[in-house]
Amino acid sequence: MYSMKIDVLHIAKLASLPLKDDQIQKYEEQLLEILEYIEKLKKVNTDKVHETSQVTNLENVTREDSTAPSLSPDQALTNTKSQQNGSFKVKAILEQ
Amino acid sequence: MKLNNLTIKKAMQGLKDRQYSSVELVTACLDQIRMRNQNLNAFITVCEDKALEQAKQADVLIKDGQDLPLLGIPIAAKDIFSTKGVKTTAASKVLDSYIPPYDATVISKLKNAGAVIVGKTNLDAWAHGSSGENSDFGAVKNPWNEEYVPGGSSSGSAVSVTSGMALAATGTDTGGSIRLPASFTNIVGLKPTYGRVSRYGIIAMASSLDCVGHFTKTVEDSALFLNVTAGKDSFDATTPPEIVPDYLKSLPNGINGLRIGVPKEYIEGIEPEIFNNFKSSLKILGKLGAEIINISLPNTEYGIAVYYIIQPAEVSSNLARFDGIRYGNDRASFGNEAKRRIMLGTFTLSVGYYDAYYKKAMKVRTLIIQDFENAYKKVDAIVSPVSPTVVWKIGEKVNDPLKMYLSDVLTVNCNLAGIPGLSVPSGFIQGLPVGIQFLGPKFSEELLFRIGHTFEQETRFFEKTPYEL
Amino acid sequence: MKKRLMNYKVIIGLEVHVELKTQSKMFCGCLTDYFGQKPNSHTCPVCLGLPGALPVPNQQAIEWCVQIGLALNCQIPLFAKFDRKNYFYPDLSKGYQISQYDEPFCLGGHIQIKGKKFGITRVHMEEDTGKLTHEGGSSLIDFNRSGVPLVEIVTEPDFDNAKDVKAYLQKLQQIVRYLGVSDADMEKGQMRLEPNISITLNSNSKILPKYKVEVKNINSFGFVEKAIDFEIKRQLEILEKGDTPKQETRGWDEEKNGTVSQRVKEEANDYRYFPEPDIPPIRWTAKQIEILKSQIPELPDEKLTRFEKEFSLSMYDAEILVKDDQQANYFEQAVKDASGKVTPKQIANYIINKKISIDEILPAKLIEDILTANKTEEININELRAIVQKVLQDNPKVTAEFKNGKENVIQFAIGQVMYIIKKKIDVNIVRKLILEELK
Repeated sequence: MYSMKIDVLHIAKLASLPLKDDQIQKYEEQLLEILEYIEKLKKVNTDKVHETSQVTNLENVTREDSTAPSLSPDQALTNTKSQQNGSFKVKAILEQ
Repeated sequence: MKLNNLTIKKAMQGLKDRQYSSVELVTACLDQIRMRNQNLNAFITVCEDKALEQAKQADVLIKDGQDLPLLGIPIAAKDIFSTKGVKTTAASKVLDSYIPPYDATVISKLKNAGAVIVGKTNLDAWAHGSSGENSDFGAVKNPWNEEYVPGGSSSGSAVSVTSGMALAATGTDTGGSIRLPASFTNIVGLKPTYGRVSRYGIIAMASSLDCVGHFTKTVEDSALFLNVTAGKDSFDATTPPEIVPDYLKSLPNGINGLRIGVPKEYIEGIEPEIFNNFKSSLKILGKLGAEIINISLPNTEYGIAVYYIIQPAEVSSNLARFDGIRYGNDRASFGNEAKRRIMLGTFTLSVGYYDAYYKKAMKVRTLIIQDFENAYKKVDAIVSPVSPTVVWKIGEKVNDPLKMYLSDVLTVNCNLAGIPGLSVPSGFIQGLPVGIQFLGPKFSEELLFRIGHTFEQETRFFEKTPYEL
Repeated sequence: MKKRLMNYKVIIGLEVHVELKTQSKMFCGCLTDYFGQKPNSHTCPVCLGLPGALPVPNQQAIEWCVQIGLALNCQIPLFAKFDRKNYFYPDLSKGYQISQYDEPFCLGGHIQIKGKKFGITRVHMEEDTGKLTHEGGSSLIDFNRSGVPLVEIVTEPDFDNAKDVKAYLQKLQQIVRYLGVSDADMEKGQMRLEPNISITLNSNSKILPKYKVEVKNINSFGFVEKAIDFEIKRQLEILEKGDTPKQETRGWDEEKNGTVSQRVKEEANDYRYFPEPDIPPIRWTAKQIEILKSQIPELPDEKLTRFEKEFSLSMYDAEILVKDDQQANYFEQAVKDASGKVTPKQIANYIINKKISIDEILPAKLIEDILTANKTEEININELRAIVQKVLQDNPKVTAEFKNGKENVIQFAIGQVMYIIKKKIDVNIVRKLILEELK
C-alpha cells in the first residue's frame, strides 16, 4: 500500500494558492496517485550518475555592464489594477 | 484552391508573381476564421484590423521588390508568445486582460521577416495539457472530427493551420505539445533542439524543457520558418552560438543509406492500430532507401516520472510571479491543472523531499540523455510513433490527470534530452490523423527535414484537408 | 527567581549585503542609479518580472564579487552557479530571487581587525528586491531597485561584542571602497547589516545555542552598537529567568530605541532552492582568477603597514591617511612632489591637523604652501643680538628665573624677541643667541 502522506494545506500555503475546502481531498488523491507513479524512479541505480540541470552544456554566458532603455513608468504600470503616485499599491504589509 | 490552403512556399511565389495580394491572402484566412472559429475555438484573439494593416504594408514592400522570407504570409501565434500591444492570456483567467509592453524575440523576428499575425491561438492554459481541453476559454475542437481533441498544449495553433486559418503557427513543445497536436491534425510540427530558438518573451512553463517551434502544412514550409526563427539571442542565455544553416538546402537530397533506428521500448504497449500504421511507415522509409535498425533506449520507461518531477518543479517557480500585483488577476484564478502542477512542484522541491525527487530525477535525466547519445553512435536518426493511442474523444481523459500525462510517453524523453523532433503525417485511422516523429542528435534539424520531406513527398498525406479546398 | 549568569558567551554571526555600483542591473540593462528617481522609471520586463522575461548575468558584477572574496582571503572555486530562492513577497517581482546556494563564487576566507581574526564563511552574488514604502493602509512598491546587484558576505559566528561588529563594518566599507566596487553608504542602503545573535550559557562549550535571533533594519552606523547591545541585554534577561529566547527575526526600531519582533509567518520559510535553469554556470580558469587578483589595488592593511615603514609615520597618523584611498593617494603624491624638501611627517601633520580639502588644492601646491610657511627670513646676526640683549635687559626676571633652573622661561624671551622683530625668522637662531647671552 502506498503510504506517502501529503499535507495539501501546507503545500498550498507555501505556493500561495488559495484552495476551497471541498477541493482539498480531491487534490490530495490526485497528487498521491501521481506520486505513486513516480515511485518507480527508486528502482533506477543512479549511484555514480551526475545530475543534469541544463541540456545545453553552455557555460559563461554573460553580458557586458552596459545600459539599455527601460520601460516608461506608464508602460511599467500599464497592466496593474492598483497603483498610487507611480507605485504599485497593495494592502499594507504588517511588518517591515 | 482557396488562397488560405496554400503552402507558404506556393503563397510566396504567388505574391511575388502578383497573382494575388497579401491583403487577399490574409482576408482568405480571416474569412475562414470568421466561418469556423466559433465552432473550433482555435483563436482567443483575432487581430483583424492590425492584420489587414500589416498586409497592406506587406503589399507595398512586395511591390517594391523587397525579398523578406515571410513577406505577406498570414501566421498565428500561440497565446503564450508576448505580442506588444496585443492581449496575451496563456489561455488563463489569471491573464485575461494582460497586454505585454514588449514582443517576444521570435515575434520580432517574424514581423521583421514580413509575416502578418492574424491572431493569438488557444491552448491548454499555461501549456499544461496534451489535449486542448484545459483552456479557461473553452476547449479546442479537432476539425477532422469535432468530437475529438486536437491534442495539446498547442491545440489552437495546430487547428489554425490544418483548417486553413493561417499558413503557419508558432507553438511550444515542453513534453510533446507541438508534435502531439501535429500528429492529430495531419500537419507538420517541429520541436527544434533546446535553445535553437529564443525563449525570450514566451511565457515560461518549464525552463529547462521549453522549446519554441511551429506548425506548417509541409516540411519545406517548416524549414523556411525555422530559417527565420532560429539563432542565438542576447536576451536568452540558453541559446547556443551554433550557426543557423539554410535549412532548405539539403531537403531534396533523399535518404538513401541513412540509418534510422526504431527503439523497441517505443513500440511496446502501443495500440495495435498505431503499430500497424507505424509498420507501414517503416516499409515506406525502407523503400526510400533508409536502413531500419532495431535499437534500445533502456531508460525510456522512466521518462514520464522524470518529466513529472522536473517540469512541475520548474512550473511552480515560473508561475510564482503571477501574484496579481503588477499585472493579471490573483492566484485564486488559476485553473485546476495549474494548481495541481504548482502543488506537485512545490512538494517535490520542499525540505526533506528535494533529494528523493528533484535530485533523483536530474540523475535519471542524465541516463536518458546517455541512451540517446549511445543510440546515435549506431544510427543517424530515430523514428517512432508520436502517440501510443489513436486520438481520443473530448472528455475521455479529462478527469484522470495521470492518464492524460501518460499520453506524452513517446514524446517527453526527447525534451529531457534537448534533442530535436519532427512530427510528420503518416496516415489516417478511421478518418482520424496519425503521425510519426523523427528524432535526431542536437542541431540535426537539417537531417530531420530531409527525412520528413522525403517521406512526405512520397506519402502525400498533406494533400488531404478537413474541408474542401 | 533570576539567576545571575556567570559563564555565558555571546555569539554573533554577520550577514552584510553590499550594493555594487555597476552601471546596469544584475540581469538586465536597466540603470542601477535608483536613489531619488521617479518610481518605476528604471524597469524592464526582466526586473519587473513580466511573463516571458529571462535573466542574463552582468560580467562586471560577477568579477567584482570575486574580487571582494579575494580581498577577504577567500577560496574561489573554479565552478559556480546561480540558484533560485523561492518565496512570495510583494517586492519580489518573480516570486523567486536569483541567488547562489551550494556553489557560490567565494568560500572560506578571513579578515583581520586590530589583531583579531574573524572567519568569512562565504561571499556570493544575488539580486536586490524592489522597495516597499508604507502609506496609510497601503504599501507602495517601486521596482527601480529590483535587480540591482548585491554581494552577500557571511561571517562565521566569531563576534561576541558590538564594538568589534562596528569595526568589522567599517573595515568592510573601507575595503569595498578601495576596490571601487561600491560606495557602501549605509544611510543610502548600499551596505546593510543583519547580525544573528545568540547567547550560550556555557562559554566552554563548542555547541552553538539552539536558537538565534536575526536583527534587520539597522540602517546607519550609529545604530549598530545600540541595536546589538540592546539585543544582547534583552536575551540575557530572558535567559536569567531560565527561559530560552524565541528563534525569530526582529527589527531595529529607532523610535522605540530597541528591537521589536516582526510579525512574519511562524513557519520558517522553505526556499526550495534549485539550480537556475535560465543561466548557464560559470567556470573559471586559474589564470582568470590570477588576473582578477592582480587587478586588486593595494588594500588598506597593506597600505597602512607600508606607510608606517616607508614614511616613518605613527600608526595613528597612518590610519587617518589610509582611511580613504583618495586621501592616501593624495598624500603619496605630495611626498613625491616634495622631493625631500618637506618630510612625510610634516606633510601628514599638515593634512591631518590643518584639515585641508584635497579636492581643492593640488598636492604640488600643498607642498609649495608648506615650504612657504616654513620659510624663514634672513636677519643680521648683530641686529638680532642687540634685540636679544635689550629683551634680557628689559626683563631681568628672565635671567633670574633661568639661573634658578626654570628653563622654559626661554620661551617667553623668544616670544618677546619675535614680537619686536615682527618677521618670520628661524626660531632656533633666536634660542641659541638667548642661551649664549644668558651664560
